[in-house]
Amino acid sequence: MGEFREHIRTPDGQVRAVTRPRQSYAGVALVAPATVPYQRYSIQTAHWWIARALRMALDAAGLRPGDLDGLSMASFTLFPDTAVGLTQHLGLSPRWLDHIPMGGAAGIVALRRAARAVQAGDADIVACVAGDTNHIDSFRQLLSSFSRFQTDAAYPYGYGGPNANFALLTDRYMQEYGATRADFGRLCVAQRDNALKNPHALMKKQLSLQQYLDARPIADPIALFDCVMPCAGAEAFLVMTVDEAERRGLPYATLAAAIERHNAHPDDPIQLRGGWTMDADQLYQMADCGPPDIDLLQTYDDYPVISMMQIEDLGFCAKGEAPQFVRDHDLTIAGDFPHNTSGGQLSAGQAGAAGGFLGLVEAIRQVTGTAGPTQVPGARRAMVSGFGMINYDRGLCSGAAILKGNGP
Amino acid sequence: MTQPLTPPPKKNPEKRTLSPTLPPEARSRAAMGLTAAAAEGRFALQVCGECGATLYPARDACNRCLSVDLRWQDIDPRGELLAETTVRTSTNLYFRERAPWRTGTVRMDAGPVVICHVHGDVGPRARVVLSNRLDRAGQGVLLAMPEAPTPHMEDDPQLRAMTSDPKLRRVLIVDARSENAPAIAAALLQAGAATIFAGEAQSWRPNPQRAALLALGVQLLPLDVTDAGSVRELAGEIGGKVDILINNARFMRPGGVLQRGDTAFAQQEFDVNVLGLMRLAQAFGPAMCARTADGVNSAVAWVNILSAYALVNAPEFGSFAASQAAALSLGQSLRGEFRASGLRVMHVFVGPTEDDWHQPLPPPKVAPAALAADLLRGLQAGLEDVHSGDVAKELAERFRAGPKVLEREMTMGGRS
Repeated sequence: MGEFREHIRTPDGQVRAVTRPRQSYAGVALVAPATVPYQRYSIQTAHWWIARALRMALDAAGLRPGDLDGLSMASFTLFPDTAVGLTQHLGLSPRWLDHIPMGGAAGIVALRRAARAVQAGDADIVACVAGDTNHIDSFRQLLSSFSRFQTDAAYPYGYGGPNANFALLTDRYMQEYGATRADFGRLCVAQRDNALKNPHALMKKQLSLQQYLDARPIADPIALFDCVMPCAGAEAFLVMTVDEAERRGLPYATLAAAIERHNAHPDDPIQLRGGWTMDADQLYQMADCGPPDIDLLQTYDDYPVISMMQIEDLGFCAKGEAPQFVRDHDLTIAGDFPHNTSGGQLSAGQAGAAGGFLGLVEAIRQVTGTAGPTQVPGARRAMVSGFGMINYDRGLCSGAAILKGNGP
Repeated sequence: MTQPLTPPPKKNPEKRTLSPTLPPEARSRAAMGLTAAAAEGRFALQVCGECGATLYPARDACNRCLSVDLRWQDIDPRGELLAETTVRTSTNLYFRERAPWRTGTVRMDAGPVVICHVHGDVGPRARVVLSNRLDRAGQGVLLAMPEAPTPHMEDDPQLRAMTSDPKLRRVLIVDARSENAPAIAAALLQAGAATIFAGEAQSWRPNPQRAALLALGVQLLPLDVTDAGSVRELAGEIGGKVDILINNARFMRPGGVLQRGDTAFAQQEFDVNVLGLMRLAQAFGPAMCARTADGVNSAVAWVNILSAYALVNAPEFGSFAASQAAALSLGQSLRGEFRASGLRVMHVFVGPTEDDWHQPLPPPKVAPAALAADLLRGLQAGLEDVHSGDVAKELAERFRAGPKVLEREMTMGGRS
């Protein structure tokens, strides 16, 4: 159990000494990655999707529902239930329960908390699950009650939803750093290439850069292929001790480091960076590695500009250089910088809060060598990044984790 | 460059009239401070009473110091457009029908960063002046306008969707006998109104305003607001082509309760000022509400000209003031009833006017042309509450400062 940090960077960029070091996540195992194949629309409820993901994860680990003593749940469409109601609905009696309303950061945050619970002995086996349904018109209804600032100060202005929010960020990013639509297109095209290897991805057709550029405009400069497709789906994994995983003979990933941050850089007039910039140094310090040691990266890709922001803020290149980075690198599974290997949300679909689990569940598969057709050769160290909750003009939650495993 | 509006073609009776839709209406209670300011055409944001920070979006606590002492204050509206987008598709019907719609991010000189509507004449990354407007849902929204006026800027489709501009619209002035009728007609025609109708009760009686109105090209039509049949008849004739209705009908006599000895004048005051409004609304309201999305000359506003003493009684005109308070209350009811259509109710509160019944009162009094100018500005800005003249402005300010103190002052003759 090492002490991993002596300094932190404060929001104003100052470096200051920290009195209490973060404890390591040693001894924690992530097992049984489960994905319920997504559907564009579903007549089922979030309860149904979450139950299926839980069952898949339990089956993969050879466990019964009664073996769980911890549950972490993320969903936007479970209303009027919360994780509490779900325990009775699904017949679980956990002694540790969490509900994570953090959208795209839900996976990282769920993982951090569950890992601490297992380390502390508050729970032995925690199921982390995220799932949402998507009825006709449910996305529109979900938008209308997303946050108070959105309701008060964003929706009355053209009601472009997240498309308009991210269009503003993208517009500013392009001016500031000279990014072109083709740069974003390269990222999207590479992800589609990866998705074609993922049998569960909703997007099944090849995408060319020209098709990307010629797509229907949605909210300039955002066009059709910059946007994720809302869908129904669920993702889950289990957190237990390494001893438990080994005893059961389960392939497992370990958690080398993890960070989260909320409402970082509140004085930036427009979001060109996220909370990762405050904590990435500690992330690497804690994992005792640097960006070149990462075998694959799963970013939260609700829009390509956000993936670019993560590539920069997590130290793979300098601020503003992600456009050049995607020009210089091959982001496909077989490439020199494997990124969003399952196709990401842009090509696999955005299943509500499960979108915040997509990259994490895929990363567990990758470092345990169980990713099948999307497997990156030699994947032993994966970075996963989460980003969530456009509250008004920017995403507030950010997080990242480095997972390790024995690889394929 | 804004394309100037052109007169709409004759309405095709075979085509379905577009149903009214509204932009998102939901707001937190705090955010409605913007609406209250927009209703009077003020640009105000929350300011922290402790640390002085200017806040946006509206909050319940300061994000600098956690103080809950937040006040709405008039703020420097200037800023810089940082980023923009043109929304081409929306899940909201109102914007979907009006796409493309330009919105942007503005960094205000006063500090906050706001997402706002962007006028078509604002250049990329330009300096802007934010204005606070009521949208068709009747809620306050921010619109970035060019720093300097541009040709035909009032015709910008996003701006026009937030105003009650009379340009190319058809207006009914309810009482052609009122001293203010010719001035209002002249101001509206000057502003580009297409047609002015004016109602005239008891046409056999001489009307001193008639010559002036006819000279302006106003169409005089029989209308007696005390006669439901007369109101319905005129609504049947022109109800489908009234885009702005200006209710200037008024009956007033001096005196409160004891001075009069009977209720005869009070009955007439309420018949014209309150029930007249009700008759007009019942006859003209539904057709206007159905036509709020009807293109360039859609129905847009209902105007009631009220005495400033609708806010607080003035005992020397006590009975009349009571009728005005009732009319104000009825107008508030109409705001609720017209809400789903987006038809705006504008109240013009006017102090003592330059006319026969106010002859014994000292100046300042509001001349018809001044009232007409304030009314026109209110329509062009899309306001809900206009205070015309110094007396009305002062009374409104005193009312806001403390209604009970003002009431006491009025019972003592208007002054402490």
